[in-house]
Amino acid sequence: MPEYAPVHAKPHCFYERYERKAELQHQTHYCPGCGHGIVHKLLAQAIDGLGIQDRTILVSPVGCSVFAYYYFDVGNIQVAHGRAPAVATAVKRSRPESIVISYQGDGDLAAIGSAEILHAANRGELITVIFVNNAIYGMTGGQMAPTTLLGMKTTTSPQGRTAAGEGFPIHVCELLASLEAPAFIERVALGNNQQIMRAARVLRRALENQVKGAGFSFVEVLAQCPTVWGMQPVEAQKFVREKMTGTFALGNFRDRRG
Amino acid sequence: MADRGSVELNSEECKGCGLCVEACPPKVLKLSARFNQYGYHPAEYTGAGCTGCGICFFACPEPGGITVLRLAA
Ligand SMILES: Cc1ncc(C[n+]2csc(CCOP(=O)(O)OP(=O)(O)O)c2C)c(N)n1
Ligand code: SF4
Ligand code: SF4
Ligand code: SF4
Repeated sequence: MPEYAPVHAKPHCFYERYERKAELQHQTHYCPGCGHGIVHKLLAQAIDGLGIQDRTILVSPVGCSVFAYYYFDVGNIQVAHGRAPAVATAVKRSRPESIVISYQGDGDLAAIGSAEILHAANRGELITVIFVNNAIYGMTGGQMAPTTLLGMKTTTSPQGRTAAGEGFPIHVCELLASLEAPAFIERVALGNNQQIMRAARVLRRALENQVKGAGFSFVEVLAQCPTVWGMQPVEAQKFVREKMTGTFALGNFRDRRG
Repeated sequence: MADRGSVELNSEECKGCGLCVEACPPKVLKLSARFNQYGYHPAEYTGAGCTGCGICFFACPEPGGITVLRLAA
């Protein structure tokens, strides 16, 4: 019999079992095919790969990823809506040896938390921000986000978003790239295998930057929300690939090495 | 000749999203006709042809949904 050895298995920095509803401790709370699950996996791989589990502090937001602390066996804080970069600032300044990650959705970061992210980036805080852009408010059932695509129907733009009515989608990477302080800014996506593997490398880079003290590092991940978009996961992934990347160009906007 | 890779799927953690089936280059994964305890059709290995490329592991949103193995040298 040929012998096989594992090369990719559940990352160490995930808990063995999750402290959530009794019968669901072996599964995440995310919907089938949710982009957050994939971003969690890529992030966990990066933490393992860099050997920083014991000094990582994850700041989770309000939104579907509010329960990130159920899964990551690292230091965890869950904060008020939009405030993750402000809290991450405090944590990093008081514990400079820690690797501090602000994990946020697009409603959290680009709407209620637009001030916090802008000023943390402008101050060049030595943190890593992971911005999961699914173009919608997932947790609350599908209200329009600042990043909702033009024409996209949501519960608060039932006829489809229009520039005249609701404004244009906000391009957060481009906005932050107008500031001088950020060290690293890149937009990646989960639309196909190639994009997922690029996202894996870029997330690792954004953490490595912090290990090296390079400066404020920001990764936007275009991700699917199959449930609220009303699509099957594979169809939603195609929407990321074909529609979201049309509005939000993938690429690096800043890469200043420490 | 033995396949270069193999996969183990955790059918009770799987939510039947199908992203691994879509991601697999040689198309050796499929959704089972059976249901798991939560009523999802879990992904399964058809049993031959895995190259051990690993992409299904990265495409799967569940932390322990998929383990990829390679033929020991
Ligand atoms: C101060 C405050 N305002 C509003 C809410 C309600 N709320 C919860 S989640 C959410 C939006 C989350 O959307 P997003 O950040 O895009 O994350 P997703 O769920 O899509 O991952 C809102 C408005 C709240 N919890 N707190
Ligand atoms: S509502 Fe959307 S973002 Fe939230 S868990 Fe479900 S698929 Fe993911
Ligand atoms: S490791 Fe590659 S070939 Fe094997 S099942 Fe996964 S995606 Fe398919
Ligand atoms: S990607 Fe993961 S959760 Fe989705 S069907 Fe495959 S094994 Fe199941």
